Amino acid sequence: MSTVFIILQANEETRSIVDAIMIDNPNAVVKREPAMIKIDAPGEMVIKRETIEAEMGRDFDLQELQINLITLSGHVDETEDTFSLSWNN
Amino acid sequence: MHIDLQTLSIQPKRQAFDHLIRRFGDKPASRYQEASYDIQATENLHYKPTWASNQSLYDSSITKIVMKDWYALKDPRQFYYSTYTLARARQQDSTEANFDFVESRGLADMLDSELKDLALNVLIPLRHAAWGANLNNTFICGYGYSTIFTQPCIYHAMDNLGIAQYLSRLGLLLGDIEALDQGKADWQNGEEWQALRRYVEDCLVVRDPFELFVAQNAALDGLLYPIIYERFVNGYLSGNGASAIALLTQFMTDWFSESRKWVDAVLSVAAKESEENKMIIQAWSSKWSARAVEAVRPIAKLALGEQAEEALTEELASYNARMNKNGIIT
Repeated sequence: MSTVFIILQANEETRSIVDAIMIDNPNAVVKREPAMIKIDAPGEMVIKRETIEAEMGRDFDLQELQINLITLSGHVDETEDTFSLSWNN
Repeated sequence: MHIDLQTLSIQPKRQAFDHLIRRFGDKPASRYQEASYDIQATENLHYKPTWASNQSLYDSSITKIVMKDWYALKDPRQFYYSTYTLARARQQDSTEANFDFVESRGLADMLDSELKDLALNVLIPLRHAAWGANLNNTFICGYGYSTIFTQPCIYHAMDNLGIAQYLSRLGLLLGDIEALDQGKADWQNGEEWQALRRYVEDCLVVRDPFELFVAQNAALDGLLYPIIYERFVNGYLSGNGASAIALLTQFMTDWFSESRKWVDAVLSVAAKESEENKMIIQAWSSKWSARAVEAVRPIAKLALGEQAEEALTEELASYNARMNKNGIIT
């Protein structure tokens, strides 16, 4: 199965985003690099607004993800509530 | 010359404080966790407080509620000093701008004088109720157990002080010093206010911090704020052309919907902990919400007239629904 990944800057903001991704994607693997965090997930990764809000303790607009986003791989499917990465094959 | 650049990853020897690693595993901790978990002293409390020699300085047995881990009472807003002050500073800026807007455009003078008097009669005495809420939350902070629970209580106390100050400013703007004097006289002697005043003053002598939390933050605020700020100010006054007042009380509306998330989270975690806790909280909730309805009734009548009964019934129903959601059967 091919892997999708997302790489975020490592800072106070993304700490709770990473925690939220790990809650929603139990199969994902976190790699902590200097100043950035890479999260690999087999097949598919779903990022949910609701989980991030619960972890962060405030309202969150999924587009705020772009501020700390370094790169990603996979087809992006974005709605107001979820941001998901997958390969259509 | 050939230069070979490569990144070298240095693992820090410690990712977080030991007590946080024990709780959350070996990974970097958030500032909220660092500022809130396992901060309060739990050992070496052998010097008893001189004012109450039968308890410890920090004593989880002051309340009837029993928690295996008091640090389970997390604040969903994750307020610690920095995030709290930043959030409130932003709200202070916008409130300041709202007051400026009302003052600079002379909106206060344009208000219908009957509506203005009604607003003053209903809102100004509430500054004394907000001050009572300030004292009560300070008490919960002082006698409650675990930083994660007491920390937001002192923020809540400061918020109530802020609300009292906003109400004072509103009074000064609309009715000068006389409005504040009249508000105090009403609070002390006005017939409508005595039930609420008795409620607040009875709360001042409740010694169980968690019962006080239910009485003040859940039962009283849960009825008073929707009726006064949502129905009276945002509904009745704004609907009749006095929306300038809603600008001045914007903070109270926002604050109530924000802080109820915290109140709900604390109650639902404590109630889920054990059947005993649930029964105790249920008893407190029904006792104090029944009293709160009686305390708010005369003020609702003053504010909403004939619609008061309907408003009270609906708000009590929505309070009960909210408590049911927290696992507290009403």
